[in-house]
Amino acid sequence: MAIPTVLADREPDVKEVHVLWMTSGLSCDGDTISTTNASLPSIEDVVMGNIPGLPKVSLHNPVLAYEAGEELMQFWYDAEQGKLDPFLLVIEGSIPNEQIKKEGYWAAMGTDRRTGQPITTCEWIDRLAPKAWGVVAAGTCATYGGVHAMTGNPTGCMGLADYLGWQWRSKADLPVVNVPGCPVQPDNMMETLLYLLYEAAGLAPMIPLDEELRPTWLFGKTVHEGCDRAGYYEQADFSHEYGSPKCLVKTGCWGPVANCNVTKRGWMDGVGGCPNVGGVCIGCTMPGFPDKFMPFMDEPSGARLSSIAVASYGTTIRTLRGITNDTVNKEPKWRHPTTELNTGYKPQYYESEK
Amino acid sequence: MGTVTMPETKAPTESRRLIEMSWDPITRVVGSLGIHTKIDFERRAVAECYATSSIFRGYSIFMQGKDPRDAHFISSRICGICGDNHATCSVYAQNMAFGVRPPSMAEWIINLGEAAEYMFDHCLFQDNLVAVDFCERMVQETNPAVLHKANRTEAPHASAHGYRTIGDIMRALNPFSGELYREALQMSRLCREMFCLMEGRHVHPSTLYPGGVGTVPSIQVFTDYLTRLMKYVDYMKRMVPLHDDLFNFIYDAMPGYEQVGKRRILLACWGAWNDPAVCDYDYKRMADWGRAMYVTPGIIIDGRLVTNNLVDINLGIRILLGSSFYEDWTASPTFVSHDPLGNPVDRQHPWNQTTIPRPQSRDFKSRYSWVMSPRWYNKETGDYLAMDTGGGPLARLWSTALSGLVDFGYVKATGQGVEIRLPKTGLKPEMKLEWKIPPWSNTIERDRARSYFQAYAAAAALYFVEQAMKDVYAGRSRTFTEFEVPNDAIGCGFHESVRGVLSHHMVIRDGTIANYHPYPPTPWNASPRDIYGTPGPYEDAVQNSPLFEESSAETFKGIDIMRTVRSFDPCLPCGVHMYTGGGRLIEARHSPMFGVQG
Repeated sequence: MAIPTVLADREPDVKEVHVLWMTSGLSCDGDTISTTNASLPSIEDVVMGNIPGLPKVSLHNPVLAYEAGEELMQFWYDAEQGKLDPFLLVIEGSIPNEQIKKEGYWAAMGTDRRTGQPITTCEWIDRLAPKAWGVVAAGTCATYGGVHAMTGNPTGCMGLADYLGWQWRSKADLPVVNVPGCPVQPDNMMETLLYLLYEAAGLAPMIPLDEELRPTWLFGKTVHEGCDRAGYYEQADFSHEYGSPKCLVKTGCWGPVANCNVTKRGWMDGVGGCPNVGGVCIGCTMPGFPDKFMPFMDEPSGARLSSIAVASYGTTIRTLRGITNDTVNKEPKWRHPTTELNTGYKPQYYESEK
Repeated sequence: MGTVTMPETKAPTESRRLIEMSWDPITRVVGSLGIHTKIDFERRAVAECYATSSIFRGYSIFMQGKDPRDAHFISSRICGICGDNHATCSVYAQNMAFGVRPPSMAEWIINLGEAAEYMFDHCLFQDNLVAVDFCERMVQETNPAVLHKANRTEAPHASAHGYRTIGDIMRALNPFSGELYREALQMSRLCREMFCLMEGRHVHPSTLYPGGVGTVPSIQVFTDYLTRLMKYVDYMKRMVPLHDDLFNFIYDAMPGYEQVGKRRILLACWGAWNDPAVCDYDYKRMADWGRAMYVTPGIIIDGRLVTNNLVDINLGIRILLGSSFYEDWTASPTFVSHDPLGNPVDRQHPWNQTTIPRPQSRDFKSRYSWVMSPRWYNKETGDYLAMDTGGGPLARLWSTALSGLVDFGYVKATGQGVEIRLPKTGLKPEMKLEWKIPPWSNTIERDRARSYFQAYAAAAALYFVEQAMKDVYAGRSRTFTEFEVPNDAIGCGFHESVRGVLSHHMVIRDGTIANYHPYPPTPWNASPRDIYGTPGPYEDAVQNSPLFEESSAETFKGIDIMRTVRSFDPCLPCGVHMYTGGGRLIEARHSPMFGVQG
């Protein structure tokens, strides 16, 4: 019988993968900070080689880097010149439109050594995307534009796939990989990176993505489908003010139509979240965020209709369940401390004398 | 009259050989910050410093016309490390504008969430971002003689933290391989779990609303918080003495280090954690409920407490232009001519600000930054003061200490300092810490204060948990008060974000947001020279700062400059929530180049 090859015995296809993480889209750096929150796996699990089968991972992120200034930028120059191969390019923040004005820039990282001019984030994307093994958009700003791309914004910003093109493919034939969330759910981000590192190492097939380029296993279900308050919805038992444990659709929750696993996963190790802990879902993972969900504290128009539809079924079921609940809250009548045994058993030798 | 906060730097003369050096980006801070300097290597000092940054988003523009109740959901996204501070401050401003007072339970929940934020953020910043500048690997590169001495210096509080020498502490702070570095990452996660128990998600909370919170108050949620908190209390009993040992060693090993990053004592604190028994969000009573906060607001000039009245603080705020890429708003409407008490409100006040961006080339002789210059107008002297926050904790402790108002069992302000009690934990007896007002506002004291404020936040959280449990036991479990959005109203919120003063000013017209201006700490700290020529705090703290790095110009790392900038806990998304970025760099410059690290 052949001995199966286990990860510990298998050399990864590549010895080292560099991760170049740019926070210099129009961002708040919240996706990087959120990722430091991950524990499944944690950044240090991946960087220190605590996961079997992984190549060496060198992470370059301005918020976490040991290096500063040009010393950090050298990794970017090296990647551009093909000296770091393969590398994953992670983009955080909306991609501004630099074409809508005559001079200046909206977002930049580092300064051009030759001209002394700032190097725009768009310029970096143009230089690095063709060289990257894969490109990841971290957070809703980078995936679809997000808050900075709301109506009335002055920068004309957009998501990375809007910028590169939705049909764009990396040299390893990967589309842009979108991990939305404002910010990203920490473990969703690290789990996606881990998947891609396994894929780069030749240990996983092509990452499964949906039409919005999201990992299917993370974003295939709605908030409502995973929500521990969905039972209240089924029973048409709605909260009408904040701080109640009931279903929140009447107070602004978009969970029934938003693709996100936060109610299953919680925010960190199962702690926290959104509707499961009293926060209305504002659709922050969605391409239509934020405009299509505002004003956030008003009942979504769809919820008005569906909550009416569920009302007669839900209230009836709730009443019937209430009756049954009362019944099952009572112990069977044979449990008592009297001299009688009413369990149905007929003892032959120990009947008490009367 | 403008105030020059440090002796003005003479224009470089022929006899002075200045080398231009820049670091862009400054790493281990949040956001895109560049520091451009001229360094006098013969005198080992920084001659000039300019702070720039490089991202523009436009919050104050796209928030106009939106539903006022959306303000905290949107403004949370200004910052990815303290978004909840923004959300909280925005909720405070909305409460004032809507005239709503949340139930006490909601305030305890917010206070507990914000305490967890301070504990998390200071922990992560201090030991994963700042401490790298003091770790073995870094000190070996920049000051080998200092590392040599550290390896031979016994740590005075070794029994409290378990590291025999200062060198051992430095090794434990090495990124990833050092155990303190990894422990800090873990502790920061524990604090964020505490945060999520109260505010749902970190860093953009899900459960905050005007009028209260959506968190369901239960025995479970507070017990889950408390048991985690006690682990942090235990951790603090090791970390405060450890940081004291490390920072005292820096003073001993490099005599004169107190001059690094030193600037005139101009500290601002807007107060943190409202007391629900006093705070009703009515502007007319703001002085009273401001003084009742669990961190006392205050303006400190040259070590003297000038005011702790939030109304005075509010009215003194001025947004100046000068070196930033904006046009003045002289032709724009005045939204608020008088505050609700009848005091006149200045044209340069955030309530009346209109931001008119004008992108242009960067020129360090005129305009070079998208950051405006917030100043505090001192009516006693007529000065526009470039206040700083000391990175947050230094101003909070200093202001609380001088006012002497805080006394809640675990924390007591004494006039000269702040006493913090950390109760008994499993293996450690009760510990009493005392932060004393230092002689300087400098790099090391900003960093030291951070460690003490971590303990302060933990102590405050203990008190808030006890108050919340009292409400639970008494059946006061409501967390929300209904309100109506008025057609026309104004509001302001005052809070302390992790790295210092945070204010949100809102004007509502016709039921929508007509004007919204958040002023977080980083515009105060990172501001450029204002219309009067007064440099911003980063700039004047770095300017004229001596340099102790042993390297020559060729291998210069700028470690003392990095330590100074990082001591302010820069958070550029906050600094440039409206317009960041720059024009073009005009001056030819030299960028230090190094070999690739690890």
